[in-house]
Amino acid sequence: MFLDRAGMLLVLAALVIACSFTVPNFATPNNAASVLLAVSTVGIVATTMLFCLASGNFDLSVGTIIPAGGVLCALILRDTGSLPLAISGSLAFGALVGLVNGVVVAKFKINPLITTLSTMMMVKGLAFVFADYRSIGISHEGILDLANAAYPTIHNDRGGVLFQITTPVWICFALFAVFGFVLQRTTFGRNTLAIGGNEEAARLAGIPVDRVKITIFVLQGAVAALAGVLLASRMGIGDPKTAQGIELSIISACVLGGVSLSGGIGRMSYVIAGVFIMGIVENAMNLLNIDIAFQYVVRGAILLSAVLFDRFRQGR
Amino acid sequence: MSNAAQPYLVFDAITKTYPGVKALRGVSFGVREGTVHALMGENGAGKSTLLKALSGAHLPTSGCFHIGGREHVFHSTSAAMAAGVAVIYQELHLVPEMTVAENIYLGHMPQRGGIIDRKQLRALAARQLQRLGENIDPDTKLSRLPIGQRQMVEIAKALTRGAKIIAFDEPTSSLSAREIEKLFSVINDLRREGCAILYVTHRMEEVFRICDACTVLRDGTHVRTYESLSETTPDALVKDMVGRDIIDVYGYQPRPHGSVGLDVHRLFGPGLNSPVSLKIAQGEILGLFGLIGAGRTELLKLLFGATPATAGDIAIHDTPVRIRRPADAIRAGLVYCTEDRKKEGILPILSIMENCNISARRHHVFPGGIINTRWEQQNASEQVRSLAVKTPSLQQLIKNLSGGNQQKVILGRWLSEDVKVLMLDEPTRGIDVGAKSEIYQLIFKLAREGVSVLVVSSDLPEIIGLADRLLVMRQGRLSAEFTRAEFEPERILAAALPVETSTAA
Repeated sequence: MFLDRAGMLLVLAALVIACSFTVPNFATPNNAASVLLAVSTVGIVATTMLFCLASGNFDLSVGTIIPAGGVLCALILRDTGSLPLAISGSLAFGALVGLVNGVVVAKFKINPLITTLSTMMMVKGLAFVFADYRSIGISHEGILDLANAAYPTIHNDRGGVLFQITTPVWICFALFAVFGFVLQRTTFGRNTLAIGGNEEAARLAGIPVDRVKITIFVLQGAVAALAGVLLASRMGIGDPKTAQGIELSIISACVLGGVSLSGGIGRMSYVIAGVFIMGIVENAMNLLNIDIAFQYVVRGAILLSAVLFDRFRQGR
Repeated sequence: MSNAAQPYLVFDAITKTYPGVKALRGVSFGVREGTVHALMGENGAGKSTLLKALSGAHLPTSGCFHIGGREHVFHSTSAAMAAGVAVIYQELHLVPEMTVAENIYLGHMPQRGGIIDRKQLRALAARQLQRLGENIDPDTKLSRLPIGQRQMVEIAKALTRGAKIIAFDEPTSSLSAREIEKLFSVINDLRREGCAILYVTHRMEEVFRICDACTVLRDGTHVRTYESLSETTPDALVKDMVGRDIIDVYGYQPRPHGSVGLDVHRLFGPGLNSPVSLKIAQGEILGLFGLIGAGRTELLKLLFGATPATAGDIAIHDTPVRIRRPADAIRAGLVYCTEDRKKEGILPILSIMENCNISARRHHVFPGGIINTRWEQQNASEQVRSLAVKTPSLQQLIKNLSGGNQQKVILGRWLSEDVKVLMLDEPTRGIDVGAKSEIYQLIFKLAREGVSVLVVSSDLPEIIGLADRLLVMRQGRLSAEFTRAEFEPERILAAALPVETSTAA
C-alpha cells in the first residue's frame, strides 16, 4: 500500500541522490532553479492531463494549443496592448478547442486519440495562420515582468542570481496543489476516477458522464493555453513552432509516475514524481553532454521500463 | 496400474495457497469414465480454484492429478490440453471476430505448407458440429451466434483436441430453457462416449437431473463425495455446502401494502414489443419472471432511464416524473441493481467506500463539490456494518470481494439514497447460499419499510419465495400476471415459454 502510493516518489528521491554524487554541477542551487523552470511547462499541463488519463481519455491537442496560446497572446498584446484581454483571449481559445474535443468524445463517442489528433493538426494550422508564419515578439513590459518575477531570489556574493523560483514555477506548484485536491477531495475528481474505472457502471450510478468528460477537456485546453502564455512571455516571443512533441513528454511523465493509461488509477503525487524524474534525467544528460539523439533513446527506455515495472507490481 | 475400478481422473491432495489465503486444502476425489460428476459448493469454496488447477492456469502449491493411472502436474494450459483436459468456462474463450470453423481449430488449423487449408478446415468443422447435432454453418462469424451455440463451438473445440476430461463451469447460467435441453443431450452423448465430465453448478435441479455423482467443497476442503446421487437429497447437499441447516431460505410473510408506489403507464422503447403498464404498491414485492431475452432487463433499463424510453408515463408516489437518464431516476428515488455486476455495477479498481458513496455523496458535499470525508467514512462504515459486508477495511478494492459482498456494497450504494422504488435484476446470481438468504431478508425488510420492490429473476423457486405478485414477460411483452395464491411453477413457466410462430420443429 505504502509502496503503491509513494513508489515513484522514492525512485525520484533515489535519482536526486544518485545524480548529486555522480553528475558534476548537478547539486547546485543554480541547476535546481533551472530544472524547476524547465519542468514547469510539462508540469502545468500534466496536472489536467492527469484528469484526462484518469477518466480513460487521452489528449494530444495540448501539443499545439501550447504554441497557439502563446501566439494568440502575443498577437492580442501587439494589437490591443491589453494584458487581461491577451490572457483571457488565449485561455478562451484553449477552452474552446477543449470543448470541441470533449463534445466529440463524449457525445459522438469518437475515440479520443483520433479526435485530439485531428484537433491537434487543426490548431497547428491555425497557429501558423494567426502568426502569419512568423514568430511574434512581445514588447509588453507587464507580461515580461510577470513571467520573470521571482520569489525568493538568492544572490551569490558577486551579485549574480544563485537560486530563484519564478512565476511559471509557482503557478505549476499551485496547480499541483489545486488539482491534486480536486481529484482526491471533490465530487468532480471522484467522478473522474469512477468513469475511468468503469464508465457504464458510473453512468448507471447516476454520474453525469458526458458533462464530466467535457469539463475535463475544457480544463485541459485552458490549462494548455495558460502554459503557452507563460512560455511565450518567458521567451518574449509567440512562436508557432515552439514546444514540438511536448504532448508526448506530458503523457509519458504521467504514465511514468504511475497514472494508468486505461483509466481509473491516478494521483497527483504520481504526476509530480513522473514530471520530475523526466526533467532530472534530461537535465543530468545535458550536464553530462550526452548527444541529443541518444537522449531520446534513454527517455524512451525509461518510459518503457517504468510501464513494465508497473505491470510487474500490479501482477504480483 | 489402471483398472476399471480406478477412477479415470483423480485429484490427489490438491492444495493451493495464495498469499494469506489457503484456497484449497488437500482436496482428493475421483471422477470415473462415462460419468457426470457434479462439483458443488458456495462461492469461495474453491471450485474455481480447482478448475484452474485442472486446466493448468494455476499451478497447485502441492498435490497432483492422476489421469488414466498416470501422474500429472500441469505447468501450463497446453500441458493440460495435451493430457486430454478441457475446461469450459462461463465466459467462453473464443474469438468473436473469427468464423466458427476458425474458432474450433484455433491453434491447430489444418494447413498445407504453412498455408491454411480452408476447404479441409470447413469440412472438419462441419463434421465436428454435426457430431454435436448442431446445424451451424462453419463460415458464420462467431459473434453472430447466440450464446448457447457458442458454447457448442467451445465443446467442439475441446473435442477436436481429443479431450477426454471435460469440465463445465456453470454452463447453464446464461442459456435459455431450450438451449439447456440441447446442452444436456450433448453432455449425455459425451458420457456415453466415455468422457469423464466435471460439472460445476449452483442449481440443484440440474445436479439431480444429469449428474451421476457429486462432490461438495466447503472453505477449500473436501466435504464429501457421493458416488451415486441416490445416496443423498437436495437438503443434505445444501447442508454439506453451508455446514448447517437452512430451513427456509426465504421466510416469506405477508405484509400490508400502502398506496401506489410506482405507476407505469404504457412505457415503450427498445427491447419491448408492446407498451408495458404496471403498478407496484408501497411495501409490495413484485416479481418479474421470464426467460433470458424476454425483455426483462430491457424493461428495467427503460424505467431507470439507462435506455431512453420512446413513450410512456411514470409516476412515483403519485408524482409524475420524467426520466431521461439514470440520474433523473435516482433523484426520484428509483434505483436499479444491475444484472451484470462486473460490467455495470461495480467500479472494480476503486475502494468499497468509493463504490458505496458514489451516488449519495452529492447530498452531503460542501459548496464547490468538496467531499465531506467525515460523512463518507460514516456512511460507508454504517452500510458495511448493517449489510454485514465481510471485508478487512473500507479501503479494500471492491474487485477483491466475493460476489455476495460486492452485491451488498451495491445495495449499500442505493440504501444511502432515499429509496422509494428498488429494482433488482437477478440479485442473487453467482452468490452463495448464505449471502442469498441475507439478501432475501434485506428485501423483505425494505418492503416492510414501505419500499416498492421490483425483482427480476430467472430462478423460479427464488421468485416464488419472494414475490407478493408476479408478472411474466415473453418476447418483449407482459404475458401473464399471478397473485401469490395462484403461484404454480408449471403455469408460470408455461406463460414464459415462447409461443411458436412457425410450425418448424
